[in-house]
Amino acid sequence: MTKAGLQALLSHWLRNPMQLFTLIVGLSLATALWSGVQAVNAEARASYDAAARTLGEGRFAQITSSDGSIPQADYIRLRRAGWLVSPVVEGRLDGVRLIGLDPLTSPSGLTPTGADDGNLTIDVLAGGVLFATQDTFARLEAHDVTRVVTPDAAPGIIITDVGTAQRLLGLENALSRILVSPTQPVLQTPLAEITPHLTLRAPQDGSDVGRLTDSFHLNLTAFGLLSFAVGIFIVHGAIGLAFEQRRPVIRTLRALGFPLRRLIALIAVELLALSLIAGAIGVGLGYLVAAALLPDVAATISGLYGESVSGTLQLRPEWWLSGLMIAVGGTCMAAAASLFQLARMPLLASARPRAWAMQAGRGRLYQAGLAVGLLILAGLLGAFGSGLAAGFGMLAALLIGAALALPVVLDRVFAFGASRAKSVTAEWFWADTRQQLPGLSLALMALLLAMAANVGVSTMVSSFRLTFTGFLDQRLASEFYVYADDADQAAKLYTYLAPRVDKVLPIQSTTQNVRGLPSEIYGPTAHATYRENWLFLQSANDAWARIEAGEGAAINEQLARRAEIAIGDDITLAGEPFPVLGIYGDYGNPIGQAIITEITFKRLFPEIRPSRFGLRMDVADVPSLTEALREDFNLADAQMVNQAGIKAFSLSVFDRTFTVTGALNVLTLAVAGFAILMSLLTLATMRLPQLAPVWAQGLTRARLGRIEIIRAVLLALLTAALALPLGLALAWTLLAVVNVEAFGWRLPMFLFPLDYLRLAVFAVGAAVLAALWPARKLARTRPSDLLKVFSNER
Amino acid sequence: MLLRVTDLVKTYPGPDGPLPILNGISMEMKAGATLALTGESGSGKSTLLHLVGGLDQPDTGRVEIDGTDIGAMDDAARAAVRRDKVGVIFQQFNLIPSLTVASNIAFQARLGGREDKEWMGDLAARMGLAEQMSKYPEQLSGGQQQRVAIARTLAARPALILADEPTGNLDEATADSVMDLMLELAAETKAALLMVTHSERLAGRMGRRLHLRAGRLA
Repeated sequence: MTKAGLQALLSHWLRNPMQLFTLIVGLSLATALWSGVQAVNAEARASYDAAARTLGEGRFAQITSSDGSIPQADYIRLRRAGWLVSPVVEGRLDGVRLIGLDPLTSPSGLTPTGADDGNLTIDVLAGGVLFATQDTFARLEAHDVTRVVTPDAAPGIIITDVGTAQRLLGLENALSRILVSPTQPVLQTPLAEITPHLTLRAPQDGSDVGRLTDSFHLNLTAFGLLSFAVGIFIVHGAIGLAFEQRRPVIRTLRALGFPLRRLIALIAVELLALSLIAGAIGVGLGYLVAAALLPDVAATISGLYGESVSGTLQLRPEWWLSGLMIAVGGTCMAAAASLFQLARMPLLASARPRAWAMQAGRGRLYQAGLAVGLLILAGLLGAFGSGLAAGFGMLAALLIGAALALPVVLDRVFAFGASRAKSVTAEWFWADTRQQLPGLSLALMALLLAMAANVGVSTMVSSFRLTFTGFLDQRLASEFYVYADDADQAAKLYTYLAPRVDKVLPIQSTTQNVRGLPSEIYGPTAHATYRENWLFLQSANDAWARIEAGEGAAINEQLARRAEIAIGDDITLAGEPFPVLGIYGDYGNPIGQAIITEITFKRLFPEIRPSRFGLRMDVADVPSLTEALREDFNLADAQMVNQAGIKAFSLSVFDRTFTVTGALNVLTLAVAGFAILMSLLTLATMRLPQLAPVWAQGLTRARLGRIEIIRAVLLALLTAALALPLGLALAWTLLAVVNVEAFGWRLPMFLFPLDYLRLAVFAVGAAVLAALWPARKLARTRPSDLLKVFSNER
Repeated sequence: MLLRVTDLVKTYPGPDGPLPILNGISMEMKAGATLALTGESGSGKSTLLHLVGGLDQPDTGRVEIDGTDIGAMDDAARAAVRRDKVGVIFQQFNLIPSLTVASNIAFQARLGGREDKEWMGDLAARMGLAEQMSKYPEQLSGGQQQRVAIARTLAARPALILADEPTGNLDEATADSVMDLMLELAAETKAALLMVTHSERLAGRMGRRLHLRAGRLA
């Protein structure tokens, strides 16, 4: 019996390979979209983790010297004085960064994974083992040292012991810096008494690298969430249609005595097998998508943050498993609903035309209630929620609520259209479109989410780009920046530069806690550069003039938000109170910042000398000055920064980010377009009984075909009209809620009407392309096929 | 007694409350008997057939096949009755469009584990379907499709054949030939035949006749 039932179920696919194809492709594309984004995410995250592990010494305090080299004897003196410190030797070997650590004294988590192995530790102690990835080793020339491939190591970095590093780098008895353990003896001889020529640097809490990498990562995570939602709707649509297509077979099987439970079990097993096949194909496609995108992601991350991301993709279990999970889990979710309906529906009820759709139609009221509930929840979370979880909860409630509301809204629009129809054809068109809605609604929801994602993410990235480039204009107002090695060189440079440029602006800063938060204090020279380019988000009257007069301070948005400081509130700097006169945007900076004028700064922090200078000068003179500084002061390229170069670099980084999000946007839209094609094709077959009477009464097949295309355009336009506000709400949530919760600063939101118009054109284009084939099929349906509808009465 | 129906009541939900379809129907059929069920549209003929076939459940009353009340059975048990004892021939044929004629004819017999290839071949030949066995339903005419549906039912050798206007979609000549075959084969397999029809002519060919009017036997 089971064999006969299975044969009947499977024979449907054999006779209708196109339906099987659309089901498999629908499931595969949904999986590919999700797993592609996850693959990029997983790979990027793994690279950050590896980099953070290897470069994690930044989170520890460090002892450094002004010339970059510390005698080994100083380290021994510190150990003898009770300091818990660990030596680091660093340099470039064949162009690859080599770091030598002491596995016994280095803080936990810095040594590579392989070094935890007991035998390897002995080898390290004996000297002569290098740890790195295969790719990194490939760049290294032959050296008489054992190599251990460590996949988890940061790309482009080799780890070894201190002795080997000294030998390979030719730094006998010299260290690059000394790491200071966070826990130190209570009574400790001050550093100045042991090694007065060395400087203790505080740990880089909330380093730029980690925080800024997170911001890019947040974009990808948000996109992952959106692709998940789009994927789930597409899977749901594909499975629902698979049930609808086989409704007559299911009914006949039951009528002929096939037990319901066994039928449900058979369908469940069949769908599970199909979802596994489609999931595997989808994961493969996702891999290709990710492999195509990864070079851009790698370039973006390394360009933005200096972290190295390997350009090759590894098959990480977390993303291919999650890809299979969305295919299987999504199928199970969708199939559970359809199987539940099947179990509950009386045998004879399933014989009624479009019984599933009618069943779905009865649930519309509940759907509308759920949609309203979710949208209210989103509003409440936006108004009263706090924390990143609330931000993402708001995103999810907004997206699902809007998607569920779509069919209800469209139904009302069509009912309105029908009530205003003048001609009989128009009346039929509205009624027929309304009747098709249940079959198309899931595909339209997917299109809505895809378009909203497009609008939302594009608006967010574009707003970020505009804001950040504006911010660069503001913050890099000087034409040229010079970094001195030490205070002596800085003094000489100042004297040298003053007559050669329009104005030398010393940049001096220190760190201090403000309202309990670690913050940077800057003391810029009173000059028009700052007054003209630094724009306040909020300010008191005559803010700049009063700051320059030493009457107050300006702070960045991060500090204002975190410490809840408003204009007019006092902050304490070096024991002195200063009223806050301005709050400025400081995008990308993870920590607080305060600005006071140079004279006040020198009075409060007399020991701080400027080591950086901003130079106001004619841009045309920059190359000659660069050459002169190189010759007269032996300055390295890294010590001289051309502002135009930084801006060009920043823009190129954003453009790469655009490439990634743009590609994902197009992919999402294409997948949604395919879902519409799938639904229209399925409905076209089932709709013959509804179209045949209209044809028989005088509408030509060609006209029916044209009406199908007009319907697709109308549906796409209406969906686009709803997607625009949803996308903007999404962008607002990302910029004003999620970003603030994650990073402490709010990005202004800009609108890009031309981009939205282009998107609407794309969406309509996708819908027309999807409708073209079914419409052509309909226009070419043989009259004999249409007549069969009457002869068989179906 | 093969079939015994006692005080059968069935209502469907209507806009103004429950709508009575069958109102206290009682009837009996012996093995091998033939019975025509006639009545106007909406009189409850098809509903009675569905209840007897275990496709639907009565509100009250009993439907006994071989002494067992199928109305009290769960879905699985009723499916077994449909599979093993009852054969339903629908007006709309209800063939499985993705299976060939041969697979369709064999289908119900295979479900019940009673596939008899020789008997199926004989049935197909007598139904004039021998040349159509590898075709799909959509490639057949309405008359041919109805013959496949009849062959499918008879191939499973049910004790009770229920036919819901089996010739309703066919022309008179085709309807007569299909009817001849159905009666001949039902007699040959000793199956009882309960047929719903609007046709006085076809009803006259059955051994007995019951007329339904507004949910009651007239």
